[in-house]
Amino acid sequence: MYEFVRGPLVWIAFIGFFGGLTLRFVTMARAAQRERVVIPTFDARFGLRSILHWVIPFAGVNMRHRPLYTLLSYVFHICVLATPVFLLGHILLWRESWGVSWWPLPEGVADVMTVIVIAGCVYFMIRRLVRPEVRNVSYLSDFLLALLVMAPFATGLAAHYQWLPYRQTLVVHIACGALLLVVIPWTRLVHMMWFPFTRAYMGSEFGAVRHARDW
Amino acid sequence: MADVVDMQVIDPGIDESIAKLSPERIEEVINRVLTQESAARLKTYLETCIHCGLCAEACQSYISRDKDPDFAPVAKVKDTLWEMVRRKGKVDGEFLHHAARIAYLECGACRRCSMYCPFGIDISYLIMTVRRILNLLGVVPQYLQDTTNSHAATMNQMWVQQDDWIDTLMWQEEDAQAELPGTRIPLDKEGAEIMYSVIGPEPKILAQLIANMAIIFKIAGADWTMPSTDGWDNSNMAMYSGDFETMGRVERLHWERAMQLKVKKVVMGECGHAYRGAVYDGPRWLGWTKPPIPMVHAVEYYYELLKSGRLKIARKIEEPVTVQDPCNIVRGRGLHDKLRYVINAICEDFRDMEPRYEHNYCCQAGGGLINCGPPWKLSRMKSNRIKADQIRETGAHTVITPCHNCHSGIEDIIGYYKLGAHVSFISELLVKTIEMPQA
Repeated sequence: MYEFVRGPLVWIAFIGFFGGLTLRFVTMARAAQRERVVIPTFDARFGLRSILHWVIPFAGVNMRHRPLYTLLSYVFHICVLATPVFLLGHILLWRESWGVSWWPLPEGVADVMTVIVIAGCVYFMIRRLVRPEVRNVSYLSDFLLALLVMAPFATGLAAHYQWLPYRQTLVVHIACGALLLVVIPWTRLVHMMWFPFTRAYMGSEFGAVRHARDW
Repeated sequence: MADVVDMQVIDPGIDESIAKLSPERIEEVINRVLTQESAARLKTYLETCIHCGLCAEACQSYISRDKDPDFAPVAKVKDTLWEMVRRKGKVDGEFLHHAARIAYLECGACRRCSMYCPFGIDISYLIMTVRRILNLLGVVPQYLQDTTNSHAATMNQMWVQQDDWIDTLMWQEEDAQAELPGTRIPLDKEGAEIMYSVIGPEPKILAQLIANMAIIFKIAGADWTMPSTDGWDNSNMAMYSGDFETMGRVERLHWERAMQLKVKKVVMGECGHAYRGAVYDGPRWLGWTKPPIPMVHAVEYYYELLKSGRLKIARKIEEPVTVQDPCNIVRGRGLHDKLRYVINAICEDFRDMEPRYEHNYCCQAGGGLINCGPPWKLSRMKSNRIKADQIRETGAHTVITPCHNCHSGIEDIIGYYKLGAHVSFISELLVKTIEMPQA
């Protein structure tokens, strides 16, 4: 089992992830072409201006209205993206398989970042239950997606500290990670790819067409 | 989503039209719009929205109705478009009734929520897609549909007939001459620098605004003209009812008239949605990236005249004034600074609203809302208590509204919440304050 998840499954996951994103991107670009006005509207300067205002913490009015959420959401997104890429354990595997490596995160830091991701998912789920305007638009799938994001991090931590039988936990960890990667292109988690495009499009409309700010 | 008490309104345009629909027709129309009339934007917006609810605080109706979650922008999309997509168009009459109320009455398409969405999702575009579907099903509030019918039949919003139009201009020319001898309203002057266009309600119910503008043009020494025939109306309620075919016809005719007159630019009266239709929504539907010649909003034009000294202020208005930033020229054109320059030039005591500029709240009258007529007035009032609070806090006696929808909407709010203020267009203040040449 371990051999399967460590070998073919990882390949399936990466091909599913990158292949899926590419396929989604190409079909969406074609759809955008069909809409005629979409692509000519994109404006590099105003698109970038908008993206910048929304990736810099507290650069937008709404971010300043809710400082705690902004902070949590930023830290969460950084951790969720950086931890798996810069984790020492993962880097060792990459070096073993492909002979590439880069700077690892110190172990303690990686642990804290993993805990932040888990806590973040819990926070997002609680927020869905507690805040009426969010509960009103929350579906079962929203909770499942949060759990799906949380799973590889929780199982990874459990495997690292060997709270559960190591080998089995590791298998579950890799399977969860693979599942997450494969579903990203086909669920709302695809917002990771669409973010720069929706943002740049709105930024272009606001900036180039309407001469106004969108943050 | 349950009807709130003030929203149990019988509107024949909605209810009687729904009664005539078959389930097959509903399904066919919804799926046609979702698959053939929309593509990348709709799909991306629908799957990028992670249901975070951060747009809620952006909406004046959500805030004004004590944070009722059903009034958050995302909830309005959930209760309309998400359900249509999820049920693959298999929705019933009751659903359509709610969808019509939400899309036509609870969203002014002001785009404030797009500034609060971390992804910049164009929620107003999504709501307009719902309106498009409802329009194709014939489910449109009766008053709004009437204005659209007027556009389709007469090419103006208010059933103004050709002879009425010319007659009104001649009457206003005479009125203007009483104020300032020698004032003219030149018709069809080919090659003039400016074509001046107005919205249908001006000749119908606010004709003196045309005389005001004639006086302003006269003092500024402008080379201007107005069309004597169809194409003079720059307003476009078809844009808001979802009848984009009629919207396109109206916009095309307006620009064609300007091109026939060989003018350098079109200056338009104080209206917001007309600006949006002429510069943005209309050209897009027609497949143009921008209008053929520049469109200059009245605010921009007054700014140019005051800044260059072609208009001089003789005495300023002394009573306290505030300003409503119209969505379609502020969030839609960034005219807030020029607007304030003009106001400060003509008023002593200008008190700004909070929030202001692009972040000012919508008047809950634009976007076709006020055109849905008297049956829905109470709902509009309840959905914009925050605007009453904003105005009250400034202590202003006059609310300047350089947009017809804002003008009527704020007037209603002032009356309903007993604010004891009044509304005014800039041109009304200008003719009171500018230096008139000695006759």
